[in-house]
Formats: sequence, C-alpha cells, structure tokens
Amino acid sequence: MDQVKTDLPEKPAGIISLQKRFRFSEFLIEKFILLNSAVAILGVVIIFIFIFKEALPILTNPETQKEASLQHFITQKVWQPVSDIPKYGFAPIIVGTLKVVLIAILFAVPISIGAAIYTTEFAPRRIREFLKPVVEILAGIPSVVLGFFALMVMATFLQEIFHYSMRLNAFNAGLAVSFALIPTIYSISEDALNAVPRSLKEASLALGASRWQTAVRVVLSVAFPGVIAGVMLGVARAIGETMIVLMASGNAALLSVNIFESVRTMSATIAAELAEVVFGSPHYNTLFFIGSILFLSTFVFNLLAHLSVTRLQKKIAGE
Amino acid sequence: MLEKTENLISDQIKVIIQDKKERSAEKPVEIPALKIAVEKLNFFYAKLQALKNVSVNIQTHQVTAFIGPSGCGKSTFLRSLNRMNDLIPDARAEGKVLLDGIDIYQKNIDITQIRRKVGMVFQKSNPFPKTVYENVAYGLKIAGGKGKASIDEFVEKSLKQAALWEEVKDKLHDSALKLSGGQQQRVCIARALAVEPEVLLMDEPASALDPISTAKIEELILDLKQKYTIVIVTHNMQQAARISDFTGFFYLGELVEFDTTSKIFTNPSHKKTEDYVTGRFG
Amino acid sequence: MNQKFSAAFFGGLTGLAMLLILAILAVIIGNIVLNGHQVLSWEFFTSAPKEGMTEGGILPAIFGTVALVILMVIAVIPIGVMTAIYLHEYARPTSVFTKSIRFAISNLAGIPSIVFGLFGLGFFIYFIGTGVDRFFGLEVVFGQPCLLWAATTLALLNLPVVVVTAEEALRAVPKEIREGSLALGATKWQTIKKMILPQALPGILTGAILSISRGAGEVAPIMFTGAAYFLPYLPTKPTDQFMELGYHIYVMSTQSPDVEATKPYLYGTVLVLLILTLLLNFVAIVIRYRIRTQLKRVM
Repeated sequence: MDQVKTDLPEKPAGIISLQKRFRFSEFLIEKFILLNSAVAILGVVIIFIFIFKEALPILTNPETQKEASLQHFITQKVWQPVSDIPKYGFAPIIVGTLKVVLIAILFAVPISIGAAIYTTEFAPRRIREFLKPVVEILAGIPSVVLGFFALMVMATFLQEIFHYSMRLNAFNAGLAVSFALIPTIYSISEDALNAVPRSLKEASLALGASRWQTAVRVVLSVAFPGVIAGVMLGVARAIGETMIVLMASGNAALLSVNIFESVRTMSATIAAELAEVVFGSPHYNTLFFIGSILFLSTFVFNLLAHLSVTRLQKKIAGE
Repeated sequence: MLEKTENLISDQIKVIIQDKKERSAEKPVEIPALKIAVEKLNFFYAKLQALKNVSVNIQTHQVTAFIGPSGCGKSTFLRSLNRMNDLIPDARAEGKVLLDGIDIYQKNIDITQIRRKVGMVFQKSNPFPKTVYENVAYGLKIAGGKGKASIDEFVEKSLKQAALWEEVKDKLHDSALKLSGGQQQRVCIARALAVEPEVLLMDEPASALDPISTAKIEELILDLKQKYTIVIVTHNMQQAARISDFTGFFYLGELVEFDTTSKIFTNPSHKKTEDYVTGRFG
Repeated sequence: MNQKFSAAFFGGLTGLAMLLILAILAVIIGNIVLNGHQVLSWEFFTSAPKEGMTEGGILPAIFGTVALVILMVIAVIPIGVMTAIYLHEYARPTSVFTKSIRFAISNLAGIPSIVFGLFGLGFFIYFIGTGVDRFFGLEVVFGQPCLLWAATTLALLNLPVVVVTAEEALRAVPKEIREGSLALGATKWQTIKKMILPQALPGILTGAILSISRGAGEVAPIMFTGAAYFLPYLPTKPTDQFMELGYHIYVMSTQSPDVEATKPYLYGTVLVLLILTLLLNFVAIVIRYRIRTQLKRVM
C-alpha cells in the first residue's frame, strides 16, 4: 500500500473537561428526593411509637392502673368507661369484634373464592374481561355508604326475615362488612388462580380429569397460598373496619354468643368514645391501648398474607 | 454440500473485498491515528465473565467492525466504550479504555462528557415519543445554553448529515414514531450527531431494516467516517466486508483476531476466524 | 360422577356465587339511586342545609370535601411521587434503606383507618398542634381539629396508593428511552425530568385520582381531626373546621332526631358521594387500562 504522510488530526479541545464535575444541582435534587422518601419510614415509625406511647400508662403508671389496667381489661365483664364507677372489661368488645369478623369471613370467603373459580375456570372469555372491573366497583364504594345501606335497608329487611328483637346487630354488621371484603378476597384469589401455569391445567385435563376436578385438585391447591393471602388480608380489613360497624351493629357492648344481638367492636369503641374523652385520662390511654391491639393484629395478618404470597411465588417458580 | 455453501459465502466476500481494493487503490492512504485504545479489558456480569483480556486499537476516521456469533460479547464490548454497561447492576470492568489517551474508567471521570464524545446508535431504533425536531434537539438542550436559532441550525445540519433532511424537512414537528423503520433509525443517528461526538458506536445498525434502508445506512456510514470514527457491531459479514476498514472477530468473550478487513476475510490467521468467516459455524 | 354433570353443577354453583356478588352490587347502587335521585337539583348542590337537615342543600359538605381533598393532594402527591422516583431510579434494591421504605409502605397500607384517626388526634393535634401554638404564644390555633390536620392524616393514609401506582407508571416507561437519553450524555435527573416523568404522568395521575377517591370516602380518619356536623360558615383557612360528605352521612344517619323526614336529603347526599367516588375510580381504571395496553404494545 502506498502511504502518504499527513498531519495528525488536531487534538480535541478540553481534555481536562473530562474530569468529573460536581454538579451541585444534581446532588441537591437527589438528596431532596431521598429525604422525601424517608417520610414513609418516618410516618410508620412515629405512628408506631405514638400509639404505643399513649397506651403505655396502662402498663406503667400506677395512677392510671387504679382505674384501667390489664387486670381490669381481662377480669371485668362489662365495658362501661363512662359512668360513676368506670368499668374497662375488654370481653364484650373483643367478643363483639370476633362475632362481626367471623360472620363477615364466613360469608365473604366462600362467595369470593367461588366467584374467583368461576371467573378463571368456567366463565366464557368475553364475560371474564368484564367481571373483574365490575367487582372492582364494589371496592370503590366507601364504607360509610355500605354502613348507611346496612343501617337503612338491610337491618329492616333482615329483621323481617329472622324476626329477632334487636334490629342492629352483629349479623347485620357482619354481612355488610363482608361486602367490603369480597372485592379484596376475590381479586387476590383470581390473581393467584390465574398465576397457575396453563401447562398444569392442560396436563390434568389431558389425563381425563373434569374441569371441576382440575379446578379444585390442581389449580386451587397450587394457588392455595395466594388465596389464603387474600383471606388474611380480608381478616385484617374486617378487624379494622369502623364505619360499617359504627352504623350497623347497634353499638351496645353486650357480651353474649348470640349473633343477633347488638355488639360493640374495638374499632367502633375508639370511634364512639374518642370525641368525648379527656386528654391524658385512663379512658384516653385505654382507647390508645385498643388502638395498639388493632395495629398489632392487622400487622400480624398482613405479615401472614405477605408470607403466603412469597410461598406462592416460590411454589410456582419451583414448578 | 456444506463445503459448497462455505465456498459460496467466502467467495461472495472475496468479491466484495476485491471490489473495494480496486476502488480504493486510486486514493492515497493516510496513516491513521489512534482514537481509542483498549488495554486488557475484562468485563464481568456478577460472576460471569463476558470479556476476556481484550486489547485493541480503534483508528480515527476509520470504520472498525466487530463480528462473531451471538453471545460472543461483541455488544458488551461496544457498550464498554461509552460505559453504557454501567446501567446494568453487578456489571464490572477491569482494564483500561483510553479515549485520546484518557482512561474512561478512571475514578474522576465525567460520564456525561464521555457519552457526548462517544455517541451510540442502538440496534432497535429508539426515537423518543416526541417530534422529529425535539428528538434531534434533545441532546443540545441537555448540554444547555443554546439559543433557538442556533438549535434550528444544528437540527438541520444533523439531519442533513444523517441524509434525512430532505425527507423530513416538512415533517419536523410530527411525531418521530410515525416515520418508517429506516427513517427512525436515521433520526436516532441525527440525534446522536447533534451533540457533535467524535466517535459513533453502532450496534447492529441495520439489522431490523429492509435491504433498501440498509443500503442507505451503509452509504451513510461510509460518508460519516470522514468526520467521525465509527465502530460497528454486526452479525452480517457481508455488511462488515462492505463498509469496514478494520474487523475484529469475537468468540466466547475473546478477541480472537483483529486486522484489516481484507485480511480477515481473505486470509485469516486463526482457524476459528476462518471457520466463522466461511460460514462453518455461527 | 358424570363428568358433564359435575362440570355443570360446579360451574353453576360458582356462577351463582358470582351472580350473588353482582346482585349485591346492583341492589346497593339501585337502592341509593332510586331513593336519592329526586332530591338532586341545582338547589341541592348550591345551598346550605336548612330545617335540621331536612331541606336545602349540601354545598358546605361538598365545599369541605373538595377543600380537604385539595390539601391532601398537595401533601401526598409530591412526597409519594418522589418516593416512587427514588425507589425506581436511584435506590439500590439490596440496601437497608430501600427495604425499609418498602416495608414501611406496605405497613402503612395495612393500618386501619381508625388508627389513623387516633394518630391524627393524638399526634398532629395534641402534640404538634399544641406545640406549635405554645411556641408562637398563640391561643388555640393549630392545636385543634381542622382542615390542615385532617388533610395530613389522610395524606399519610393514602401515601401507599400513590407510591405504588407511581412506581408502576415509572416501570411502564420503556428502558430504551432511558438508555437513549443517557447515551446522549444526559444526567440521571435530566433524563427523569425531561423524558421519564412526562411519560409516566398518566400513571401518576391514576394514583392521584385513586387517592382522591379514598380521601373523599374515608370518614374514620377525619372524625376527630377536623370534620364537623354543622357549621354556620364555610372554612376559609386551613385551621378551620369543615363539613364533609361522608361525615355528614354518618352523623345524619345515626343521630338525626327525625330519620324519616331526613330520609330524602340523606339519600341524596349518599348518592352524591357514591357518584363522586365511583366516577373517580372509573376514570382511574380507564387510564390504568390504557397504560397497561400501551405497556404490552411496547413489550
């Protein structure tokens, strides 16, 4: 090859400018964003600290404990904080909560799971697209509206069917709470059932199993942790539900097994009594104590739900 | 039967090389200068080593092509030249990449400056979901401080350099996504040229395009090399033979052979290279 | 068991469950619409309640709800979006800080709304509010239930929704766009500001709308932090109390002296709240659906 000498191309200007520039604005912006992200952490921590702090006197302050203490909570049978001799028996409100939650779950779980199975296994394609958003509408109804409906319409209707004496009771409230749970349990179950790989369903059907057998023995069993997660979240939601219960359960702290009697739940107790309570009084501390219990129980059930979901993911990944 | 096909392919390429030689024999060849020097580059994705001890010199104002079977590391190599691999978590580079004598992997380097000097055109054209004008002007606005008249000028200049001006000058304010595949790719080229880089990296620049658009882009590349240094990665050997001055063959993360294009395709030194170039595998 | 029969039987059974849900939905909405629509009129929306909530309108409640929601949005959207940006663009997935943020968000999402109300009263009003008052030597200004504290309480409650939808929106932006921008020499923030955020805007909007819908519907958090049943004036500053649709419904249904007389008015209010929340949810779902189909197309 012939070669001709030429001048070397000029060196590009500003080699020194390749040094890293400290961009002040970039730095500031990143730190600002970071700080704002910490708000979530701060929020949870402060809520945690604060709720427990205001409940603490129950466990540590002898003055408070004269009126309201763990012993009172456990041994007294009556909940009557506003009276000459205040009584802080937790039994009625815990039983009340349990009654409502149980009824809500007993009603919501079979219906939601059944509907989810229908949607994923039996429904024709065109209908399937339309079912999920429609159930989402139910999720969009505020609980105060559900409570209103239970109070105005359901209570009377149910009373006419069952002929019980207390129009507003645990059964009425439990039913209405189930309406609030259904979208959640349905949605999560449907997602879990959908996540089961088609190959499994096809393998089962190819072996001669019916659609129902496949649905239950294969799909449901694989998706089970996901469905359980949905149920756990439903329980957490039911425990914390306030407005529906406030409006539809009668709000009387009666202690009994009869579901057709009025009840008082923990959340409703806080809502009903916080307005009138004196800041710093034993009653005040007790309400925060109840709040702590609510906080803890919903935390536990949310954790269980989370664990279930990770189990489901592992199961499907391992398949 | 296999032998016949191999011979067919390498014959095709030999014709291309011969053709090129004859055409370029008329022009005097300059001594090329060194633009990018890669020294013992090792690249890791977490524990997986994607590049092994790669050393190569990229000459200024030349087109350097890298070929090799899929997964051989050529794209990883390309992306190491402008540190786009930094975006991948757990990606790690050892060794040096010297741009005009400065190691771009050293500690105090300003990455945004590097990326302005070393531009990139991606395999799948990725115009922003904005107008043609805004796409090309984006890089200028990022660099900051230019008035509108000046930006207008740059946009026109870049689009002309990318051989796209005539086709889009009336559509500057239409969405870039409405253009054809080949035009979109040229918008991306114009966009990259607008920031006045010195090197242009192109990852399979025409793999998603039809033959006519491909030909246009190849013509463009030959044009551009007068002003820029071009590095391309391609799986299309005929393309490499057509447009590149130097070719490197990657295999399993190693740069097996690097030489002038004519040597690689007509008389390679390594058996592996010969096997690949004659179509025995890949 | 006959295969066809069992399929039909169980298909029918589960289908019945589905129908039951649809029926519940239809009955609730139907009942409210039927009983509430006659009251709706221009007067209803623009005048104040009269005659012990049996006549007149719900303007103050609508006004209060809107004011509340605006303040809440101002508080929650910037913080929520920035948290999502941090999580998606800047954070290292394995760092303790990142994991703590995610843990905090999912916890916040699980806290019952009444606990937020408790917190709002005990912390924002009694602690921060009175603290501020004492510091500035004021009489009771911040240390009382008002729009400000109700809005901040709701903001905390809705933070998870905003963060989750905003992150989803950011994830939907194709990575080619991010790469294209960075390859041109743009900095991380320039890329976010000029390319990614504008693309993610519809998704972020979805989060905002969903949070508004919840904010308008939740009553427990605002019961003690600012909502009032009857006020003779409209709130003019953040330290004022306010009337609110949901709270209004609650008090009217449970404490009204003459429920029968209030019934039409009450139903009308419920219908308004229902339409408001359902409309907002609907808009959010539509936007979200559009984003998801866009995402599928890009992929």
